Amino acid sequence: MQLLLEQLINGLTIGSFYALIALGYSMVYGVLKLINFAHGDFFTMGSYIGYTMLVFGIAAATAQFGPWTGMMVALVVSALGIALVGILVERSAYRPVYRAGRLPAVVSALGASIFLQNTIMVIWGPRYQAYPAELIPAMRFQFGQISITLLQVIILALSFILMAALYTIVQKTAFGSAVRATAHDRNTAALMGINFNRVILFIFTLGPALGAMAGVMVGMYYRQISFTMGWNYGLKAFTATILGGIGNLPGAMFGGLILGVLEMLGAAYISAAWKDVFVFLILILVLIFRPTGLFGEKTAEKV
Amino acid sequence: MGNGKSAGLSKLFTTTPWYVPVLFSALVVIYPFFATDYFIDIAFFFGIYALLGLSLNIVLGEVGLFDLGHAGFYAIGAYVTAILNTRYQIPILALLPVSALAAGLFAYLVCSPIIHLKGDYLCIVTIGMGEIVRLALINNPFDLTGGPNGVFGVDFPKLSPNLVIDSSIEYYFLVWAVVGLSILGLISLQHSRIGRAWNCIREDTVAAGATGINVRHYKLLAFVLGAGLAGVAGNIYASKLMCVSPESFTFWESCLMFCIVLIGGMGSIPGVLIGAAFISLFPEIFRPFAMYRMLVFGSVMIVMMMVRPGGFWPRKRGGVAFRSLLEDTGNGNA
Amino acid sequence: MAMPRRLADNDVVLKTTGITKIFGGLRAVSDFDLSVHKGEILSLIGPNGAGKTTVFNVVTGIYSPEHGDVVFLGKKITGRKPHSIVSSGIARTFQNIRLFPDMTCLENIMAGQHCRARSGIFSSVFRTPAMRREEERIRTVAEQRIAQVELAPFAHELAKNIAYGSQRMLEIARALATEPRLLVLDEPSSGLNPKETQDLMSFLKRLIASEDLTILLIEHDMNVVMGISDWVVVMDEGKKIAEGIPDAIYNNPDVIEAYLGRDEGEA
Repeated sequence: MQLLLEQLINGLTIGSFYALIALGYSMVYGVLKLINFAHGDFFTMGSYIGYTMLVFGIAAATAQFGPWTGMMVALVVSALGIALVGILVERSAYRPVYRAGRLPAVVSALGASIFLQNTIMVIWGPRYQAYPAELIPAMRFQFGQISITLLQVIILALSFILMAALYTIVQKTAFGSAVRATAHDRNTAALMGINFNRVILFIFTLGPALGAMAGVMVGMYYRQISFTMGWNYGLKAFTATILGGIGNLPGAMFGGLILGVLEMLGAAYISAAWKDVFVFLILILVLIFRPTGLFGEKTAEKV
Repeated sequence: MGNGKSAGLSKLFTTTPWYVPVLFSALVVIYPFFATDYFIDIAFFFGIYALLGLSLNIVLGEVGLFDLGHAGFYAIGAYVTAILNTRYQIPILALLPVSALAAGLFAYLVCSPIIHLKGDYLCIVTIGMGEIVRLALINNPFDLTGGPNGVFGVDFPKLSPNLVIDSSIEYYFLVWAVVGLSILGLISLQHSRIGRAWNCIREDTVAAGATGINVRHYKLLAFVLGAGLAGVAGNIYASKLMCVSPESFTFWESCLMFCIVLIGGMGSIPGVLIGAAFISLFPEIFRPFAMYRMLVFGSVMIVMMMVRPGGFWPRKRGGVAFRSLLEDTGNGNA
Repeated sequence: MAMPRRLADNDVVLKTTGITKIFGGLRAVSDFDLSVHKGEILSLIGPNGAGKTTVFNVVTGIYSPEHGDVVFLGKKITGRKPHSIVSSGIARTFQNIRLFPDMTCLENIMAGQHCRARSGIFSSVFRTPAMRREEERIRTVAEQRIAQVELAPFAHELAKNIAYGSQRMLEIARALATEPRLLVLDEPSSGLNPKETQDLMSFLKRLIASEDLTILLIEHDMNVVMGISDWVVVMDEGKKIAEGIPDAIYNNPDVIEAYLGRDEGEA
């Protein structure tokens, strides 16, 4: 029971990383029907920017004002920086090929991913980098038998705040409904006076920014980061997106959380080495029986 | 139309000027006599990527199924060869068809339950399948795959006890002979009811069904054939490197194959050769740029899709192997 | 109900009994019976959303119905896959033309012959004599069909590059290449100009006169319906509300109400 609960909390922690990254995939997919392969690299680059901030730029500030300042500055700067990168990538790699159809965009996205990944390698070097220790006091809270670290509390809280904020923007504001309308039917949305370019700008700022913050949190949680880690996280997050039902934002969030929990339960009860196999098997089984994901709408093709 | 020969293979080349395949074949034959072993090896890997590209082209190019886990089939072929050869000393060439069958059978079993999935859902399932294969190889089930280190000591292919393929140039000719035969077979398929059925499914799956094509059957057939050919590539690769390890069969490798098909042009055989040349030769040519070469590689991929979104050598359709129609109706009236 | 132009019951080619198709909560088709007799042209008409296309999709195996049966030439075909229904002799076209756009016109028609050919993977790779003979036959049939719809000059054009009216005819030729006993056409005249519509009507009349064929069509253009149908079935809200010879339908008050009551300007 204790193991189960602790693995649940660990699972929710990684799941919230997946969920934050998955939101970016899902938004881009919803509007452009494009698998944004570069998204995992936004995440990695975000993590590296956070690393630079924490190691060099704001070490002094952290020493003076306490760990919270350092963390917040790292998160904000990384989010802003990656939002900018996101827009640049969209402008240079994606916009010129939208019209040509979906498949050229896939190659372009892979090209962008290779480009970003190697940019990170050129700037920060091919070796692993380590986040500074003790950014957050190593406190533990004890609830009965289970214990949870302060860092986990912060990660969970921050992730849920970010997800709730995004959900509110997309579901409750006029601009959010413009995004949803565009995802539903781009041409009709354009006829209704919705500015497609602004929607694109929106999803390519918020998606990468959320990914970048997930990157900083991953850095703080695992401490070790590498320039290739975006592939793995990206793959898991993309899996989460599909698991939840592609283009469905709450689906992507739940998909991420479910994936994280499954992974940790698989690691605890089956085998740590086979946990990813377990995750992919579950995904395949879900899709065999629900071909459009857990929360995806069943669409009958119009004939 | 009694003159059977003219309906045969020679006529199927009519989309491309006749001298293109002739010149290319001549170049392939002459090249190794003027190149150093290092450059012959590069051309060997060009051949391997051409085979992989041809194999994925069946699934992605001809049928339009997004398969981003093709490295899994490649891995099955390579590991079947490596394991059976190192454990039971079965000759490599005898394992060539075995690898193809094993990969094809694996594709059949794995794809049967998922073949109804659409577009990106199928895509993620193939990614998952590829990852499961790779992770399974790393985890060394039943002590078969040697874990992260892989399997060592794969033999050379022997045509006879004295005729052993063990030099760069011999491997080069082995892989390009297989590429050549595969191309002939695939061109035949393109101009058969099977090739047309595949293309119909790619163009409009619902209409294909309503025109009498068994969509499920032909999708599965494409996966099985594509996997089989990837298995062949795996066999040759395993014996050339003399060892196999999971890191050769990553998701990245599947992405490269995907790019080969799209850079060349969906369903285009000359396109696959161009795509494979790009993927295998570019990093070599730009080796002097050291750590910047992959930056350039990524950018070039983007620029290519801007300049030629349909690929560098899209498949041309047209008068292909058909008789001139007007002439024919004339005959009918006479 | 002695209908002079209709033949006896044992000449029924297609019979649906009580078919019901539900989408979400909506009964698109409800308890629908239809008999199509050998050699006739039967038009299925009704306002938009009446469920006509759904009936077609059930008959051709694209949807499987919640209830009811489809019997074709005495065999139950309910719930069979589209390709197997084509093999059994029903071919169709679509309301919004569905060709294979990046294949040539001739290849589009050759695809129709697919279900009448047998060559497998081995004979195709090695181009065996049997396979070549079969290809030859496929090509001959396709050439006859393309000549029949007067598109021979466009045989090697990509299907997406020919005119809209030609695309409609190409789709019919593709369906005919499957050697059907029943041809199911979903709004064949939609999008055609008056001249093309006239040509279509005379084409269909010639077709039914010269081949062992039965035609079931959905049509909105009343001139076409009145001009070529032997029998007309009217649907509204998923149900059959009337059937009969064209003249009788034309003056039927229920039919007029179904059209004028809800769907002005249409038809």
